[in-house]
Amino acid sequence: MSAGVELDHVTVRFGQFTAVDNANLDIKSGEFFSFLGPSGCGKTTILRTVSGFLDPSEGKVKIGGQDMAGIGPNQRPTALIFQNLALFPLMTVAENITYGLRVRGVDKTARMKKADELLHLIALPGQGKKLVGELSGGQKQRVAIARALAVRPKVLLLDEPLSALDLKLRQHMRTELRSIQRQVGITFIYITHDQGEALTMSDRVAVMSDGVIEQVGDGKAVYDRPETAFVASFVGENNPFMGKVSKATKDGVAVDTEFGPLRGGNPKGLKVGDRAILFVRPELFKLGKGSAGAALSSRVKSVAFEGNITNLFLNGAAKKDIALSIGRHGSADIPGQGEKATINYDPSYAVALPEGKMARE
Amino acid sequence: MNSRFFVFLVPLVVIAAFWLMANRESKLAHDPTHKSFFERNGTVLGTVFILLVAFWALFLVTLPYLYMVVESFHPRLPPLKRGGPEDYLTLEQYKSFFVQPSDNSWNTTHLWGFFFTIAASVAVTVLNFAICYPLAYYMAQAGSIQKVRLIMLGLIVPYWVNEILRAFSLRLLLASKGLINQMLMWLGITDAPVDFLANNTGLYVGLSYAYLLVMIFPLYNAIESLDKNQIEAARDLGAPWWKIHRDVVIPYAKPGIASGCTMVFMLSAGSLAAPLFLGGPNTLWFTAIVYDFFFQAFNWPRGAAYAFILLAACIAFVMLMLRLFKVSLGETIR
Ligand SMILES: Nc1ncnc2c1ncn2[C@@H]1O[C@H](COP(=O)(O)OP(=O)(O)OP(=O)(O)O)[C@@H](O)[C@H]1O
Ligand SMILES: [Mg+2]
Repeated sequence: MSAGVELDHVTVRFGQFTAVDNANLDIKSGEFFSFLGPSGCGKTTILRTVSGFLDPSEGKVKIGGQDMAGIGPNQRPTALIFQNLALFPLMTVAENITYGLRVRGVDKTARMKKADELLHLIALPGQGKKLVGELSGGQKQRVAIARALAVRPKVLLLDEPLSALDLKLRQHMRTELRSIQRQVGITFIYITHDQGEALTMSDRVAVMSDGVIEQVGDGKAVYDRPETAFVASFVGENNPFMGKVSKATKDGVAVDTEFGPLRGGNPKGLKVGDRAILFVRPELFKLGKGSAGAALSSRVKSVAFEGNITNLFLNGAAKKDIALSIGRHGSADIPGQGEKATINYDPSYAVALPEGKMARE
Repeated sequence: MNSRFFVFLVPLVVIAAFWLMANRESKLAHDPTHKSFFERNGTVLGTVFILLVAFWALFLVTLPYLYMVVESFHPRLPPLKRGGPEDYLTLEQYKSFFVQPSDNSWNTTHLWGFFFTIAASVAVTVLNFAICYPLAYYMAQAGSIQKVRLIMLGLIVPYWVNEILRAFSLRLLLASKGLINQMLMWLGITDAPVDFLANNTGLYVGLSYAYLLVMIFPLYNAIESLDKNQIEAARDLGAPWWKIHRDVVIPYAKPGIASGCTMVFMLSAGSLAAPLFLGGPNTLWFTAIVYDFFFQAFNWPRGAAYAFILLAACIAFVMLMLRLFKVSLGETIR
């Protein structure tokens, strides 16, 4: 059984400090939904509000259409996987997994059966008698997932569960998590500050900054059609070019930058004279002259060969580099360090957005 | 040869033991580059160290007790006859705890005093735990820093007052015409004053209060290091509060609980002032009996025997409890 989660104008304050500001969201039943944002932006706070450890200062949390006000964490149909897993060190793996059943008064044989079943699901068959301390990081991870799944939650909440793992294991666990989610078919709400994780696993992503949900959409929308300067700069690499809008039509603007006028899409309806930032992703740039208003030239600061791509850094405005990555087919005549380079891009993929807060490097 | 001189053989044995240990240490180490005790410290300094440690172990730890042990196996004699023909090894002091030497009947007074002391100490320990656990949990996990500081202060400051003053003020408070009885009567809960001292309420309150800190700090230390997320995880999995304590907090804090309970039990069983001032007129605390043998009857051998009976019984009892609750002795002193 699965249930959707609705955040109805939820605000969470700690004293004067607003950790979550008017979050309004509808997470569908069975969806893999991620919250993505830098450290301290209020992701854990949202999760703790959904699981019932915090009460919203304003607004409502609804699970499966039911208002959760006054319902404690031990009575909500959610299960939380903690940032540090919080497995019980004095219990065996099987006891950990079935703890939720034990407190519900399920008898021992049924518990052991369920433990076996879940140990199979997480690919640790026959390891139930081990102590938690005897497991590897990835195994602990999976035990935490099994422990949460054992109570048959309608919503599984995961708070950066992979952050403690090394890169290889993290990538492996991503696919594993996704496949577990398909098998059990319940709603997963996943928290991460790693955008790769959010984009590869989720059906939809909410990008957060300082307690505010900046944009909600699938990975492609968030990456290709960012709606705020923060989203554009936080999700993936991006090159910002600041300036004033010099020309504006329905489907495009030209922004006067230090490198002359540069063109891009206009999703937010910028008008002539507005201050704007034009974002062009590194992989959009190509070497060569290109069309007018979609090209610039500068001196090459450094070249980094990475095998499948080559990263070039040109001198940009205000000491910030312009990054571009060139695939293998365009790599024949890459300019060397200190040479002048002219680059261009397809303006239909660049976006101009109103000036605003950007992600910290 | 007087058997008391046996005591003076012990120093030689202890020094020899340290010497052997120092010499064997390098052979036991698996690391071939490991230097032995004497290589590390030099022969002179090494010898000084061994003598110092032996002195400490002997004069401060072993000898005083050993002398008492030896004493307890002797008959009571005036000083002149000590070492004479009547000074032989005997179990009569230990036997006198069970049967009266005068008429060979059961020594019910002392046996009762003994069991009462053990039982009352257990009761005090349980009571103390019941008071301290919630407080320690609150301080360690639930309370805000300012409140915890305030509680700490409130707990510690009363201990600046000396024990006798504390016991007496408690006595005044609980007396027939004391504040508490006046309150009770004024509220109409009782007509006649309750004799808190005769029914030993005063004793339990006094002892519990005297050893509050001894219980609370091990508990606080143990609970404080528990990850808050563990408590929340249990709650999230559906556990009501009492199951969280049963399954997560108490098992985790078990070494601290064992350590606190052991100390409170040992200290109350061996306490003297509180039972003397706060016990009822018919209450005979075992240490009071021992005290009387030493200072009233001047029967040191019997006093020593009684003291060792109490010590052995307490140790046995604590070991049994640790065994029962599956805590190793090492854990309690972590
Ligand atoms: N109990 C609390 N009291 C006061 N402020 C809090 C409390 N919990 C969180 N905050 C504040 O709320 C903000 C958001 O915290 P939160 O834990 O939700 O961040 P996060 O997005 O999960 O960060 P991270 O990625 O580092 O885990 C932070 O600025 C934090 O200082
Ligand atoms: Mg967090």
